[in-house]
Amino acid sequence: MIVDTRTPVLSVRNAQKHFGAIHALKGISLEAHRGEVLALLGDNGAGKSTLIKCISGLHMLDEGEMVLDGEDVRFHSPAAARSAGIETVYQDLALFDNLTPAQNFYCGRELGFPSWLPAPLRLLNAREMDKRAASVIDRLKVKLPKFDAPVALMSGGQRQAIAVARATVFARKVVILDEPTAALGLRESRKVVDLVKQLRDEGNAIILITHNMEHVVELADRAVVLRQGHKVGEIKPSRDTQQALVSMIVGAEA
Amino acid sequence: MLFIDNKQNNKWAEIGLAEGTSKTVPSPAGRDVQPGLPLGLRLLAFGPVLILLALIIIVGAVTPGFLSSINIGNILAQTAVIAVVAIGQHLVILTRGIDLSVGSNLALATVVGGLVFKVWDSSFGVALAMLIAATLVGAVNGVAYVFGRLPHPFIITLATLSICRGLALELAVGHTTMRGMPDGINVLGDASFGFIPNSFFIVAGVVAIFLVITKKMVWGRWIYAVGGAPQAALGMGIPVKGVLISTYMISGLCAGIGAIILAGRTGASSPLYGDLLELDTIAAVIIGGASFLGGRGHIGHALVGAVMIGVIRNALNLNNVDVFFQMIAIGAIIVVAVEADVLRGYLESRARAQQSARS
Repeated sequence: MIVDTRTPVLSVRNAQKHFGAIHALKGISLEAHRGEVLALLGDNGAGKSTLIKCISGLHMLDEGEMVLDGEDVRFHSPAAARSAGIETVYQDLALFDNLTPAQNFYCGRELGFPSWLPAPLRLLNAREMDKRAASVIDRLKVKLPKFDAPVALMSGGQRQAIAVARATVFARKVVILDEPTAALGLRESRKVVDLVKQLRDEGNAIILITHNMEHVVELADRAVVLRQGHKVGEIKPSRDTQQALVSMIVGAEA
Repeated sequence: MLFIDNKQNNKWAEIGLAEGTSKTVPSPAGRDVQPGLPLGLRLLAFGPVLILLALIIIVGAVTPGFLSSINIGNILAQTAVIAVVAIGQHLVILTRGIDLSVGSNLALATVVGGLVFKVWDSSFGVALAMLIAATLVGAVNGVAYVFGRLPHPFIITLATLSICRGLALELAVGHTTMRGMPDGINVLGDASFGFIPNSFFIVAGVVAIFLVITKKMVWGRWIYAVGGAPQAALGMGIPVKGVLISTYMISGLCAGIGAIILAGRTGASSPLYGDLLELDTIAAVIIGGASFLGGRGHIGHALVGAVMIGVIRNALNLNNVDVFFQMIAIGAIIVVAVEADVLRGYLESRARAQQSARS
């Protein structure tokens, strides 16, 4: 175990979650620090997705607490988690195929006016959203075929890059990435890995779910391993500990 | 406009080739730009408009009197109801839904209006009653669909199709038509300005309002988002349930507006109005080029589709073609339109593959 005296930006303590008879999370605790990548590892069904869904407001914890920047938080919706500064890039339900990159960027938190109207009735400030999204795309050096075409026409790597880039716009504290490279080729994965580094360097705490051990070793400062709803270990990943990590994930004692 | 875009892209591509670089060239904004939407997709997007224009030219050439101002006024008046109800149907289809209840909802609304007219001869009162009744039915559809956790709105709107028709017949106590509408409603539905029917201006107003809502308002963007990826919309914090219910309420409201137009045109209400209107409106949306799979479409699609149905019916009528053949013709066009939707999906996935290969 790693002894850490810093104050984490996010800490989850004793997280419990039931789905009917299934006990999906059995008292999991973890801490995420600014400027650090925390890998969340485990086999399918280990509880990774449930845990991040609880953190990002899609589910609510049955028991346990979450502390964000020193404050107890409880999110009743994804919108609440987002406005508290937790961004999530979901594995496959990240983008709107029928919308353009800029529309995707701002979907659910559109810039609108006038501000005295209720949010849904405001008029879209399309020009400003286009401009800001374009400048982020430029800054991150993401290559897109056409900025005003729906993302349905873009490749898997371009789409994932858009999803990660979107997180960079709004991320203020924590970014959760659920298998961001799962469906990508080598070169496209590389681009996404670079984006993750950039997000980290901008001072975010990154929680990364991935099955790619190369990426874990390259990116992660710490790795938390889950198995059957339990936290079974926390390791500093490196070439030397890679084998131990894999054993821990599958449950074979090395 | 899209064609101008295309030209510009070609120009960039040409410069790129001339400079001996790859096909990607920095645009003035500094981003890399590759040739945009594939030609096939552009053609599909504008196909319905081109087909409608071709149809009008061909029918106009072979049918004397088709392009006369009286007949154009006729087509506009006959199309108004389908067009306005199709706008509501379009919003529902955008969210991957369907509203089968619009036809009997319209009938029920006219009957409610007719009953109100018996006790209160007020255009405002009767119109308001029709709009409220129709919007309420839409709200029932939406609430039952969302909070009843139904897998698809097909069943609930099929149920309200039956319920509304039955309720309309019940309220009309055996009358198939109830004569009489306030003067103002008659003017809205039956009078015209020059050769252009007043109902045309109602449709134009409704189109203008919903263009602003769907293209300029946050709410409209959410409708597209919910249709494009419901799960992602939930994850992004969009109030998906509220958006869904709102589209069914709008569909009901549009059926109410259609009820005002139809009751005004005929000067009567009837529990038999709007028979198979659900099919006409769904056909209009699909023929016009909106996707049945949700998320893609424009109010213009619903309008083009509605006018196309109106033109086909009118042309076949003028040429004394059997009414049964009209149904066959419109059915055949629906098949073509749905195939075009499938083709669009194929072209998009091919464009995606090309992107992967290029990057």
